[in-house]
Amino acid sequence: MSIYFTKEHEWVKVKEGICAVGISEHAAHELGDVTFVELPQLGKQVKQFEVLGSIESVKAASDIYAPLSGKVVKVNEALNDAPEIVNESAEDAGWMAWIEIADESELKSLMTREQYDEFLKTL
Amino acid sequence: MEQLRTTPLCGRHEALNALMAPFGGWNMPIQYEGIIAEHRWCREQAALFDICHMGEFLYQGDFDSGGLEDLFTFSVKSIPVGRSRYGFLLNEQGGIIDDLIVFRLAETEAMIVVNAATADNDFNVIRSRLTGGQFSNISDDTGKLDIQGPLSRAVLTAALGEGFAALPYFRFMSMDILGSEAIVSRTGYTGELGYEIFLPAAKVGELWDLLLSDGRVKPAGLGARDVLRLEVGYSLYGSDIDETTTPLEAGLEGFVDFGKEFVGKGALLRQQEQGLMRRKVAFEVDGRRSPRHHYEIGFSGETVGSVTSGVFSPMLGGGIGLGFVRPDVAVIGTPLTIFHERVSMKATVCELPFYRGGSLRS
Repeated sequence: MSIYFTKEHEWVKVKEGICAVGISEHAAHELGDVTFVELPQLGKQVKQFEVLGSIESVKAASDIYAPLSGKVVKVNEALNDAPEIVNESAEDAGWMAWIEIADESELKSLMTREQYDEFLKTL
Repeated sequence: MEQLRTTPLCGRHEALNALMAPFGGWNMPIQYEGIIAEHRWCREQAALFDICHMGEFLYQGDFDSGGLEDLFTFSVKSIPVGRSRYGFLLNEQGGIIDDLIVFRLAETEAMIVVNAATADNDFNVIRSRLTGGQFSNISDDTGKLDIQGPLSRAVLTAALGEGFAALPYFRFMSMDILGSEAIVSRTGYTGELGYEIFLPAAKVGELWDLLLSDGRVKPAGLGARDVLRLEVGYSLYGSDIDETTTPLEAGLEGFVDFGKEFVGKGALLRQQEQGLMRRKVAFEVDGRRSPRHHYEIGFSGETVGSVTSGVFSPMLGGGIGLGFVRPDVAVIGTPLTIFHERVSMKATVCELPFYRGGSLRS
């Protein structure tokens, strides 16, 4: 399964037309203790780079953007009661939503892990 | 931009891999292992805070003839030696120039402890209003460590002996620490049993190391300190109160003595007579969202005020906040909406403190 990143520090893992979305380890670390995750509505149609949800920590609040266009088909309800999962496992158990991908060609505007690591060095 | 000031412990914070950020003109530790972990440690064990950035002034002389007695919203000469009192320095309009604590060191001697960001201005204002006595800024030579938490007394006893252990709340004593004269005060900003220790800046590192060598103590940053103070409803200067707010609006009239003279008294009396245009409220959010400074407060479809402080409270498991609202809305139980751009949350006006389980009086 391949993983891609956005400049806004979301990650997306793609498998058979569906993708899982979350925020990167780097972003989770920068936010600090996550206290709330606003998940998208099931069935919501999102466009690439539109607001998908939001995340709050003791320090800050920030929006989460959809890395790809499509329909939200699953959300991680465990985050409602235990948002700290995002700190413990940002790029795995801390996933936020699954999106049914509308257009796989949009992946071209995302970064691979290597490109994202390079990008982080420029910040 | 002006160069950030650093405390004597800056190198130690960096060695602990603390996240540092500017606060009141100082480069201060915001967190070490994490705000919530440090907050919990303070509520359950003992947390150590570097508070060297705060300002300390010394006044020596007669309190009446030197003008000290009329400086603040409370009487200084009625504080018994060995006790301290909290209150305000006001401008002519009744606005709060700073909130501070005065320590009565001796019959004709007082230490004034003020916020970091306001220290220089406070010093100038106080000096300009004094008519006698000796007044000096001892901030640079004075270090300050706060140890707070239910185990703080046991930790300090182990490190310094039992001399201070019987101190009641808002009392202090001088004692020898590491060969220097120091002040141990039973005060703090967390709602827990705790002490503020004033000692020569040159000795702060040694005391920091000594206290941290006790396994019951962990360092805590200003991030945890902000959550701790908000859970017990303490105001933060610059966020909840400033020169545009009066103690009456801020619900802090209990720290104003109308039986004495002080700058701003006339304005407060006028405000009392004319009625307040706004009042402080405390509110609990329905859910885990955090209100934040400048979020708006709505009631029944109207905007009635704004948030001054807000945070996720680990003790309550939900968002809490302070703000100013139209006075008719500042009634316990009133349903509010807290909103900002896309964010909206329901909240209810509540009593202070939010968290009542602290060890403060133990």
